[in-house]
Amino acid sequence: MSVIKGDFIDNLPKVYGLYTGGFVVFILLMAILEQAGVSADTIGILFVAFTVLIYAGIGWLSRTMQVDAYYVAGRQVPALFNGMATAADWMSGASFVAMAGGIYFGGHGYVAFVVGWTGGYVLVASLMAPYLRKFGCYTVPDFIGTRYGGNLARFLAVLVLVIASFTYVTAQINATGTIASRALQIPFEVGVWFGLLGILLCSMLGGMRAVTWTQVAQYIVLIIAYVVPVIWMSNKQGFGLIPQFVYGDAIMRITELETLHGVGTAPAEKIAGLAVLTKAHSVAGSTFAAKWQFATLVLCMMAGTASLPHILMRYFTTPSVKAARQSVAWSLLFIFLLYFTAPALATFTKLQLLDPNLATSIIGKSIAEVNAMEWIQKWSAVKFLAISDANGDGILQINEFFMRGDIVVLATPEIAGLPYVISGLVAAGGMAAAMSTADGLLLAIANALSHDLYYKIIDPKADTKHRLIVARVLLIFIGAAGAFVASLKLTSILGAVAWAFDFAMSGLFFPLVLGIWWKRANRAGAIAGMFFGLLAGTLYLYAVRWGGMEPWLYIDHLRFGIIGAGVSLVAMIVVSLATAEPDAETQRMVDEVRVPKGKTILDSTH
Amino acid sequence: MDQSTRESHWAKTKGLMITTLIIWFIFSYLVHWFADSLNNVTFIGFPLGYYMAAQGSLIVFVVLIFWFARRQHSIDVEHGVAEDE
Repeated sequence: MSVIKGDFIDNLPKVYGLYTGGFVVFILLMAILEQAGVSADTIGILFVAFTVLIYAGIGWLSRTMQVDAYYVAGRQVPALFNGMATAADWMSGASFVAMAGGIYFGGHGYVAFVVGWTGGYVLVASLMAPYLRKFGCYTVPDFIGTRYGGNLARFLAVLVLVIASFTYVTAQINATGTIASRALQIPFEVGVWFGLLGILLCSMLGGMRAVTWTQVAQYIVLIIAYVVPVIWMSNKQGFGLIPQFVYGDAIMRITELETLHGVGTAPAEKIAGLAVLTKAHSVAGSTFAAKWQFATLVLCMMAGTASLPHILMRYFTTPSVKAARQSVAWSLLFIFLLYFTAPALATFTKLQLLDPNLATSIIGKSIAEVNAMEWIQKWSAVKFLAISDANGDGILQINEFFMRGDIVVLATPEIAGLPYVISGLVAAGGMAAAMSTADGLLLAIANALSHDLYYKIIDPKADTKHRLIVARVLLIFIGAAGAFVASLKLTSILGAVAWAFDFAMSGLFFPLVLGIWWKRANRAGAIAGMFFGLLAGTLYLYAVRWGGMEPWLYIDHLRFGIIGAGVSLVAMIVVSLATAEPDAETQRMVDEVRVPKGKTILDSTH
Repeated sequence: MDQSTRESHWAKTKGLMITTLIIWFIFSYLVHWFADSLNNVTFIGFPLGYYMAAQGSLIVFVVLIFWFARRQHSIDVEHGVAEDE
């Protein structure tokens, strides 16, 4: 029995309008409490606890025992709301907290991530989403297994999905744990399990249905939490109300300041986890190496986007093929709202720290004066920044100021002197971003294991009840495994995230694309494509990252997907052409997939 | 659905896909390859090369996908293969 019925879908704008209004009222309430003297810690706890409770509530309201609601939200999610859910699914805790910091430190070269993590949606819209939606599959391995036939193809797709998604999800659970522990003042390990509990409450009872509606709610929180501080800070510091379109002048000014302050001088020492600003903000490299590295990073992030199962499956939930296409467009619009704000934030933060004409500046001031600033004291106490007077002159040079990139987002409210309630809001936003991505990833893994491995391969006679129980049990197990690995704090977050994209593109990009666009692609070809793509990519990653091999043509460990996908393409074409063409049934299937009208290839409770 | 309609529909779909990917290619790779030279041009206060990476290409992608969805739907309607609403 479902609590959320047709009425809910018809009233979505009203429901979420009320939700947004309620959230704004909550923020104002917290502001009043802050004025009344309630401590910053309490406000932080209230923000995180309240929002997580709401998400769990939505998860409970969306509970279901129906297979198609659990796997594809009953295919009832309208394009715009599905776009919001996808945007939340896409923007992880690391993007929320770390992207602006990456732009701050990384210069033009880092902005390749911004281009790469948006343009991939063009590939999703034109090559994949509408066709996968018409197919009617529940998961990406479901498509691979049905299009190419046989258990081996399906199994390999599950393997690639698990490798790519698990790599990604541990980073997200780590982020959830970090934010929860800081906001709730609990140890990191406890924060991780608290985060996991919230994630499971949102996804276990209602599967994709619950996750979708929770993600819409989380998007609203995260976008308000990201954009409001930037606009407020911008207005307060005299940059205007729409900083995203006017920060060009700030970039020009930064170029002058870079020469003035000697940006580019290496620091005299190393402090673990912190960095000194050495790259120019907007200078684009002129060497072949710089241009090629930009292009190859963009390629990997884009092809990876179009291969990540937790994103592709977000388009199985729309009511029609047309809605699936529109939903990709809405997804990118909602993602854009954050992505075009991040460089503005990074630029203004840098300006505020570097420009001697601004009261907030620290570079060039006396170290004693800087150390007396409240936000400097607070963040150096938690080891997020450090000052060292390497040349002993008592003045802070650019290469003596060490910080973590996360500060750009986390400390903005304090640098600009905004009320504490804004910092609490930012914590709630980071939590929403991390939880929504973790939810989507865990669900993708558990759904593939329950639907493809358990139901289709191991026990095709299992009934609905059994299938859903297995799905939920797997969710708990994988969540716990992810939390355990996250608590070990093994990899640096960016490395893990980029690798997920590379794994996905190595194993899945061409089997998916060619499955739709090349009728001749057959089972043997797909198996070869997935197997050799994944193998080549993984071997190359190992060789370059740990085996001491010199990268070929500047293709380093962040870009190993190029090798993997290249091998995958060649293997798939060669083996397909060397073996028999697909049977008439399969060719008819491909013809049907290309036409929006008519029933889905797989029926609704397969 | 007869074969010639199917073929015509798919041919037009492929054409749209290629057009879309050409535009995608230009704003994903071509423009950024010349970012260093473009940076000498100022656009609404920004160095143009940096602007295209941080914002310009993104705007193109969003508009491109909305346009693509509309165009593809027109192709579907024209060939009688659009879904009933």
